[in-house]
Amino acid sequence: MTGISINKISFRQKLKALVKHPASLIMFLITWGAAFITIAVVLFLVAYILIKGVPNIKPSLFAWEYNSENVSMMPAIVNTVTMTLMSLLLAVPIGVFSAIYLTEYAKRGNPLVKVVRVTTETLAGIPSIVYGLFGYLIFVIACKFNQSMLSGALTLAIMILPTMMRTTEEALLGVPDSYREGSFGLGAGRLRTVFKVVLPSAVPGILSGVILSVGRIVGETAALIYTSGTVPGIPKDLMHSGRTLSVHMYALLSEGLYMNEAYATAVVLLILVLAINMLSGLIAKKISAKKG
Amino acid sequence: MNTKLQKFKEGFMRIIFTLCACMSIIAVILICLFLFANGIPTMGKIGVTKFLFGTVWKPLENFFGILPMIIGSIYVTAGAIIIGVPIGLLCAVFLAKFCPKWLYKFLKPAVDLLAGIPSIVYGFFGLVVIVPAMQNIFGGSGKSVLTASLMLGIMILPTIISVSEAAIRAVPESYYEGALALGATHERSTFRATLPAAKSGITAGVILGIGRAIGEAMAVNMVAGNQAIIPTSIFSGVRTLTSNIVLEMGYATDLHREALIATSVVLFVFILIINLLFSLIKKENKK
Repeated sequence: MTGISINKISFRQKLKALVKHPASLIMFLITWGAAFITIAVVLFLVAYILIKGVPNIKPSLFAWEYNSENVSMMPAIVNTVTMTLMSLLLAVPIGVFSAIYLTEYAKRGNPLVKVVRVTTETLAGIPSIVYGLFGYLIFVIACKFNQSMLSGALTLAIMILPTMMRTTEEALLGVPDSYREGSFGLGAGRLRTVFKVVLPSAVPGILSGVILSVGRIVGETAALIYTSGTVPGIPKDLMHSGRTLSVHMYALLSEGLYMNEAYATAVVLLILVLAINMLSGLIAKKISAKKG
Repeated sequence: MNTKLQKFKEGFMRIIFTLCACMSIIAVILICLFLFANGIPTMGKIGVTKFLFGTVWKPLENFFGILPMIIGSIYVTAGAIIIGVPIGLLCAVFLAKFCPKWLYKFLKPAVDLLAGIPSIVYGFFGLVVIVPAMQNIFGGSGKSVLTASLMLGIMILPTIISVSEAAIRAVPESYYEGALALGATHERSTFRATLPAAKSGITAGVILGIGRAIGEAMAVNMVAGNQAIIPTSIFSGVRTLTSNIVLEMGYATDLHREALIATSVVLFVFILIINLLFSLIKKENKK
């Protein structure tokens, strides 16, 4: 990008240079080709699902009660919202507090910080199916929560913890030290400084972490099948099983009888993801505007 | 009095923050504990070599050999890397060095969207688009190593693109300018001066991609065919470690269930090795 603007060569000159250097021409072509393939894949995927899926969206798919007649996804949508709120409720405070510890409290070279970083990175790399099995072993079997919304939310909370920690930490590190010094200078303690000065200016960064986590929760299947189960209705309390939208879609596909409904569910999931991405784009813009 | 309360509050919250920071350590310890405590005795019961190197997986007849799944996971991951890395890397080069501004505004969100699409939607797309296409082109069931590799290749694209793009952008502009001043074309400068300097960052991206590919369960499960035998060609069906767990955990009991947990231990060890490699390369980067 910058290279082109430094050179300020015209299109014709560029063409001439490329013809003179066939190797460069080839590299030019395959680079554009790769970008073209990527964008073609995205467009095709989105367009295919929208075109095939939208005609399958019927009002009966959004009925409050699920039965095998209407195959409603409304209970699954409600469950997704519940699951998201529960997981966030668990993971956000812990994630934010541990980021506060790492950036505001821990001294340089503290061995605990090193261990926390290594374990957080490990958590970030664990595949969701392993989380699913772990959640099944500890929450469903050992804690006797059975397959329930609670087991699912606990599993997901651990899964999104590294995301929350990393984004919050970045946000806190982005707060200029002069804010802290100013607050200390006015006689505020560490705790007051953190909650009244540092955290408020890190809110957009934390929010972007929350949105990333929401995206992950909404799209999660493998970690939930065996922890929150695949019961298609709205559970009467958190100790009962209920499936989220992604699990709903998995169940429809594995039953194999509801292809049209699966298309419709894919559309809803895709729209959710689009909305989440747009929201995080907006927040990112806000953060960079603040910096600039 | 007031200052005493203040002091108590400070100390109390400090403990809370520290405890929260320890949660990730506790989580990792618990995960290791529960998986290993359940998995390793099972491996002992089945026989470690019989489990890891046995080629027959017939739970009903008490044959628990997961070699086909280990090989399956490796094949599919390798395939995903062969397909995903060149395209992803070139796309990252494009984004960092070739892309006009108006196109960047469009392409970058598209890549982000690719990262956000749930794996079950990918699996569905693979099932209704890629599998029938493979059937038409190559015949057979369409569910094969190739199909799964293609699917995973697409899924790891965003990881490879965003990590590589950041690595390329981190290379000092002077490298590129120096090459340009020596008379190299824009392409030559980018590929011969900038790209080699971003090598370790790109490697980190590839390793992250490998981690994502080997751990992916739902999408692979839909398009790989899931036969528990060592694939003989890229057109034969394959079952990965992840899909082995997803497929059978629902109805497995007793030793069968324990064998599945042991399967996840093997997967977990793979992931730990990949994580270790990743952090080693990151350390190298910092030097």
